[in-house]
Amino acid sequence: MTEHILRMSGITKTFPGVKALQDVNLSVKRGEIHAICGENGAGKSTLMKVLSGVYPHGDYEGEIFFEGKRCEFGGIRDSEHAGIVIIHQELALSPQLSIAENIFLGNERAKRGFIDWNRTNYEAAELMKRVGLRENPTTTISDIGVGKQQLVEIAKALAKRVKLLILDEPTAALNDDDSAHLLDLLRGLRDEGITCVIISHKLNEVTAIADSVTIIRDGRTIETLDMATDHVTEDRIISGMVGRALDNRYPPHEPKIGEEALRIEDWTVYSPSQPDRKVVDGASLSLRRGEIVGLAGLMGAGRTELAMSLFGRTYGVHISGKVFKDGKPIEIRNVQDAINHGIAYASEDRKRYGLNLIEDIKRNISAAGLKSLAKRGWVNENEEVRVAEGFHKSMNIKAPSVNSVVGQLSGGNQQKVVLSKWIMTEPDVLILDEPTRGIDVGAKYEIYTIINRLADQGKAVLVISSELPELLGLCDRIYTLSEGRITGEVPRREATQESLMHLMTKGQE
Amino acid sequence: MSSITPADVKVGATGDGGAPRQPGRVSLGGISLNLRSSGIYIAFAAIIVLFSILTDGALLQPQNISNIIVQNSYVLILAIGMILIIIAGHIDLSVGSVVAVTGALAAVLMVNMGWPWPLALLVTLLAGALIGAWQGYWIAYFGIPAFIVTLAGMLLFRALTMTVLGNQGIGPFPDQVRTLANGFTDGYLGNVGLGPLGGADLFSLLIGIVAIAGMFTAQWRTRNARKGYGQAVEPMAMFVLKLVAGAAIILFLVVQLARFKNLPWVLVLLAILVLGYSLMANRTVFGRQIYAIGGNLQAAVMSGVKVKSVVFWIFVNMGVLSAIAGIIFAGRLNQAGPTAGNSFELDAIAAAFIGGAAVQGGVGRVVGAITGGLIMAVINNGMSLIGSPSERVMLVKGIVLLAAVAFDVWTKRRAGASR
Repeated sequence: MTEHILRMSGITKTFPGVKALQDVNLSVKRGEIHAICGENGAGKSTLMKVLSGVYPHGDYEGEIFFEGKRCEFGGIRDSEHAGIVIIHQELALSPQLSIAENIFLGNERAKRGFIDWNRTNYEAAELMKRVGLRENPTTTISDIGVGKQQLVEIAKALAKRVKLLILDEPTAALNDDDSAHLLDLLRGLRDEGITCVIISHKLNEVTAIADSVTIIRDGRTIETLDMATDHVTEDRIISGMVGRALDNRYPPHEPKIGEEALRIEDWTVYSPSQPDRKVVDGASLSLRRGEIVGLAGLMGAGRTELAMSLFGRTYGVHISGKVFKDGKPIEIRNVQDAINHGIAYASEDRKRYGLNLIEDIKRNISAAGLKSLAKRGWVNENEEVRVAEGFHKSMNIKAPSVNSVVGQLSGGNQQKVVLSKWIMTEPDVLILDEPTRGIDVGAKYEIYTIINRLADQGKAVLVISSELPELLGLCDRIYTLSEGRITGEVPRREATQESLMHLMTKGQE
Repeated sequence: MSSITPADVKVGATGDGGAPRQPGRVSLGGISLNLRSSGIYIAFAAIIVLFSILTDGALLQPQNISNIIVQNSYVLILAIGMILIIIAGHIDLSVGSVVAVTGALAAVLMVNMGWPWPLALLVTLLAGALIGAWQGYWIAYFGIPAFIVTLAGMLLFRALTMTVLGNQGIGPFPDQVRTLANGFTDGYLGNVGLGPLGGADLFSLLIGIVAIAGMFTAQWRTRNARKGYGQAVEPMAMFVLKLVAGAAIILFLVVQLARFKNLPWVLVLLAILVLGYSLMANRTVFGRQIYAIGGNLQAAVMSGVKVKSVVFWIFVNMGVLSAIAGIIFAGRLNQAGPTAGNSFELDAIAAAFIGGAAVQGGVGRVVGAITGGLIMAVINNGMSLIGSPSERVMLVKGIVLLAAVAFDVWTKRRAGASR
């Protein structure tokens, strides 16, 4: 038996009302590449935050042993001191500083409080050679691409004499060349004796590079597989990730499907921060009246980006493609256009994009459809209250009155306010992005019922969700999105979690 | 996942979910008060009582009330524009300089070039709008923070003032402009005796009575419209009590002014502006959009609010109001000077924050800003009546500003903690 560099046992972490991790065990052997796989929200990132001390000792239950010693990290500094470095999905570099400065940020090469620039740049160059980064150490971070920035992060970790390197979705934002280079680099580091833990959605990469894989589902460890002895395939990982039973958490619904309401063709969107990267790549889909359509995809697949670029170009640059509403081509230049064409979008991040938390329920509900309450610019406040009270009742918003401040409501009730806001604009097409995120089971059922009701009123509904059972329980038809491309279109009858996950993890051929 | 939202509290199917706690709300004998929004009016009343006692009643003498209004009218007008900008989450540091440059322009047009005064006023207001459009363009469409744009504006328009004036004061202004700025309504209908209070101007009293009657009708109609929609209205006794209290304040003010020199024109102007802007802020789509932008910019964008256009127009509006203040200030001094309007921006900003505006935007009321401005005005006036040196006045004003914003932050933190 090889020596274990890391052993986490019985890790349980609770957030108010949610058990994010439950009795999770993870053992990583010295000098291996260990992959962690799981659906969105399975608890992978939370586990890594426990390990790196983001959630300090005492904030969770369970024990961590690193190099045989029991660890009680009080913060990131402690874990880094022990030799554990985590590289997050969103890189933590200072864009206006040089490569060398970033590599030694918080770990400066200094003499009596003064930076030793010669040593800084010399040692940076050495580290850059190790990670295969051919740039001048004094180049500013904002002048190099994301792929190279990722290498700077790794060089930074090496400067801290890392023993265990954790990478959270390292290739999610990279193109194929950069990804391949990164994977080669990780193999090289392994040969130098550095242990790596990678969290990845790209199962082809996992099977290509990992020595073992741990699967997490719903905050629990499902299994740890040895790639060599267990003959692990992508299918094997998928069945571990999704092995969850469907139950009657979804209200029954008989769809009455009508004419096509919205169709997009060859929709392509580029990232605003990396204008050469396609976030949505030639996507085409169509929605019909009375139909609930799902859009499945893992994090970073471009689901939200697709929706927001469609909804008045609120995301992305160089957007191209055609949009047809009721068969006629339309042009949507801004949100007002989208609303006028009968399209509504409820964001996945309702606190940031959906609500004015310091304002009351009635004014939040009327925010998008205020013009329908106004005559020559003057709002009929009584009518506003009447409309809001109608939603208060029909949506079962649990609050004393429509004058209650939205910030005080629970997640489920906030979501009902957001939905009311969009229903008030009388849309034909509703795009609901993660409509049940952060909502408890009872309120979820209510939201599903509302969605069914909307479809029965002849509206077309597109539901974006990370939860496959939700899509299978709710939708009549499901599109899958992977790396910005539509990789499949499956009727509900034919869809299973496994088949969807296959399509969602389908890489570029 | 970046954030974890606390899950819903489980409630039964028939339960109402329980009333979320309202922070900063106190209940006194069945009358529920929201401290955060009404604290300012209580504070204002307390300050008036305090200084009435300290000055042996001199504060509320007819001439002194008139002085307070006339001397602070320009800051109050600026505060109306400023509160809208602060609600939207911006700031305007240039208003003092804009007051100066518009006053100077009015002086050049009327005095040096001999234009008829109504035309000169119109052109001055247009110039104010143009200045606002200039700043609004950089802020809304070019994306430079308002702090920077208006800091630059503060320098630019002060420089322009000095250039226009050639570094000297220009005056005197035509009588009509001086009357608007500093004068009073004529005794069109003569005086009436008010027993022990002596003679008072009948016209002013009638205006006061018309104002009270207008308030009664408007309130009554609002109440009936609400009832027509089946909404709960406050009990009749409470409704009448509020109306009587409001009427008493207006009546007291008008009687005192009628005993002195009738109604100051700027008071009439101010009343119209406060009424108009309050209605605009609360009852128009445009006004609502200002609050939406300040409350959550991203959500406003995603709700179809044309954010750039709204921000542009509130700066244009600020420019026009600054021009009005500029004309009144110059008219009152009967001279447009190079140092006119110095530090007015700070007074207007302080008025808005004392009046309950939130530093992050999204919160505030026109009436609140006016009250904030009046609180500072009464402190100024009251302290000078009791002979306090100006450094002490400044000290007190500084403490009041800090305390007001601290109170706002404190109530908000309590609101956050109760979640």
